[in-house]
Amino acid sequence: MALTGLEIYKLLPKKNCGECGPPTCLAFAMSLAAAKTTLDLCPYVSDEAKEALGAASAPPIKLIKIGSGDKTVELGDETVLFRHDKTFFHPTGIAFEVEDSLNDAELTQKLKEINELEFDRVGLHYEVDMVAVKQTADAAQFKAAVQKIEAGTKLSLVLITEDVASAEQALEACKGRNPLLYGATANNYSEMTELAKKYSVPLGVKAENIFALSDLVEKITALGYKELVLDSGARGTSQVLADLTEVRRAAIKKKYRPFGYPTVAFATAEDPMEEIMQAQVYLTKYASVVVLKTTAKHFVLPLLTWRQNLYTDPQKPIQVETKIYEVGNVTADSPVYLTTNFSLTYFSVEGEVEGSKVPSYIIPVDTDGTSVLTAWAAGKYSAEKIAEAINTIGIADKVNHREIILPGYVAVLSGKLEEKSGWKVIVGPREAAGIPAFAKSRYGA
Amino acid sequence: MAFEVVKERYMSKVNEVVLGGTAETGGTRGHALKVGGQTTLPYLHFEGEVPNKPIIAMEVTDVEPNWPTPLKEMFKDVYNDPVAWAKKCVDEYKADVIYVVLNGADPDGANKTPEECTATVKSILEAVAVPLIIKGCGDGEKDNEVLGKVAEECAGENLMIGNAEQENYKSIAAACMVHKHTLIALSPLDINICKQLNILVNEMGLPLDRIIIDPMIGGLGYGIEYAYSIMERIRMGALQGDKILSMPMVCTVGYEAWRAKEAYSDGEEFQSWGEQSFRGPLWEAMTAGTLIQAGADILLMRHPQAVKLVQKNISDLMESNKY
Repeated sequence: MALTGLEIYKLLPKKNCGECGPPTCLAFAMSLAAAKTTLDLCPYVSDEAKEALGAASAPPIKLIKIGSGDKTVELGDETVLFRHDKTFFHPTGIAFEVEDSLNDAELTQKLKEINELEFDRVGLHYEVDMVAVKQTADAAQFKAAVQKIEAGTKLSLVLITEDVASAEQALEACKGRNPLLYGATANNYSEMTELAKKYSVPLGVKAENIFALSDLVEKITALGYKELVLDSGARGTSQVLADLTEVRRAAIKKKYRPFGYPTVAFATAEDPMEEIMQAQVYLTKYASVVVLKTTAKHFVLPLLTWRQNLYTDPQKPIQVETKIYEVGNVTADSPVYLTTNFSLTYFSVEGEVEGSKVPSYIIPVDTDGTSVLTAWAAGKYSAEKIAEAINTIGIADKVNHREIILPGYVAVLSGKLEEKSGWKVIVGPREAAGIPAFAKSRYGA
Repeated sequence: MAFEVVKERYMSKVNEVVLGGTAETGGTRGHALKVGGQTTLPYLHFEGEVPNKPIIAMEVTDVEPNWPTPLKEMFKDVYNDPVAWAKKCVDEYKADVIYVVLNGADPDGANKTPEECTATVKSILEAVAVPLIIKGCGDGEKDNEVLGKVAEECAGENLMIGNAEQENYKSIAAACMVHKHTLIALSPLDINICKQLNILVNEMGLPLDRIIIDPMIGGLGYGIEYAYSIMERIRMGALQGDKILSMPMVCTVGYEAWRAKEAYSDGEEFQSWGEQSFRGPLWEAMTAGTLIQAGADILLMRHPQAVKLVQKNISDLMESNKY
């Protein structure tokens, strides 16, 4: 978060010596604020000022990495409270809690379920991120569980233990995996911090409440460690929502350094569906990691879908590749639908065409990822553009007929499009939802 | 240094809107409900007031619903009888409100007369004590006739009636004004059209606290993030003092969520998505849950299990989080 020139000026030596270039300290401060010069040009600036200015120019929320290799999860480094102000950058990591009390078979089964949590829908691929191993018994059992899990999954690891000796053994057992050590509390923080330093792993910090969290973080950073992930300790949905909001808000709006780190939240509801609803709140409101117990696909898919939706950049609509798409077992007589390459528009059409049970071709015309009416209003869905797309994409080689189906909302284009393309234009329904009825009456499905 | 809670102070609040007319106000509802009135963003009790919880309206149609099979099955004993259906939603599933969709009025469908539609509404009014939300079939011309008649015959009940749209609002807004009902103003995911429509309706004489915004949401996985952000902006507008954006918001959750094949598709080919019987209701509940975080005040829902999950989510969120 950049400081203003006046805020910087307060920290400068005020000698007005001009050695930095600009004639006065105020002018130098203004240049610094505009990022036109650098602080090291001032030979008299104090160390305190350097640190203050350095901290001020750091991102409001630190980027923390968990895991290693291509499964590394990046957390934090966010800059806004509302996605429409810019975008949310680093999707919430989804972790699954596994207790060390499970026997071999149970553990293998659980890991298998977690490893299989990958989904494909509307052209997107969703994956989960972490396995959180929770200590319930002695150090040996915890270590054994960590060893098995380390060997059984590529996902990043979270080690849940407050016992320093157990933590050290577990860290030895998964060396090189860069797990999140969770974690440090008011009772163990100095030893846990030393351990995190020694193994150079990120450290989870758990407190009694948000005020205690602030104190604890300051104690840990005073020990020289800043690879942190924060937990205010709250577990009720409403309090967690408030705490996550406060941590994010204080970090971004007040540059409050103790809260300038990613956060972790735990879904606690017994019923897995309620658990997902709770996780949804945390994911929506700023949690960097959400820890779940349920591993069933039908519960995880809706949550991952929402994560993908929320973290979509509002300024860059998701697009599909402009090519000929085939739905079902198409033949040379199959109908040809036109749409745009805005992912949402395309998949609405694809879903309904699939539902119509009439094998068909779909051609999404490149409109820079805008919907039919938006593209039309912006001149990106004109008769010329569509005609060009039809004639260069090679659909003429795939079908015997020369008929294309135009979205009903742009029926006005049909005359000109026929003229430009040489294809017969059929005006389809306005909404994709009307496609099954349209296909039924026209192609007799 | 000790942490000091960062509190926002907003200059304004969301309008409080009353739904349902009781004996005192010339209606027959057992109780009225209030929505809106917030002086802060969703559930930040620590810096403002959240005087009313969001309400859940369960959908009842006057003709057999055109819903995906697994959803329709949930109401198989009642879906041919809107009165029994409404009673079941209130008695068994604790719906706050009944959302009556008069699909039977569709000229291309059952083509019921305004009188027949009104009779259905009246019989539901007799059967349940909760307030009602009434929506037409979607054919503008026919809806104007039907909703006009319903508004007239049910004067005093303070129904919530929709939808007024930019191209067709006069007749329904006039009916709400004359017969003292609340109006749903629908705008297609566009904050400017939303404002424009509210101004037009208000200029006809309908008070601002008798208007509800329908921002026309997308369902989970199908554009919900657009609705989410528009709703956040609407709510922020209300708190910052924009009177034309200060209305509570209603979301057509059931309709949108159950359009997604992720919600209703069953069978082998969808095994990688898990079981439909869990996935479906959760798809609807998640759609509602995310929009609650953006400020939704009234949720129009369908599946009993989804309703139950959202009821629980709301009661969790209504717990105080004051520091």
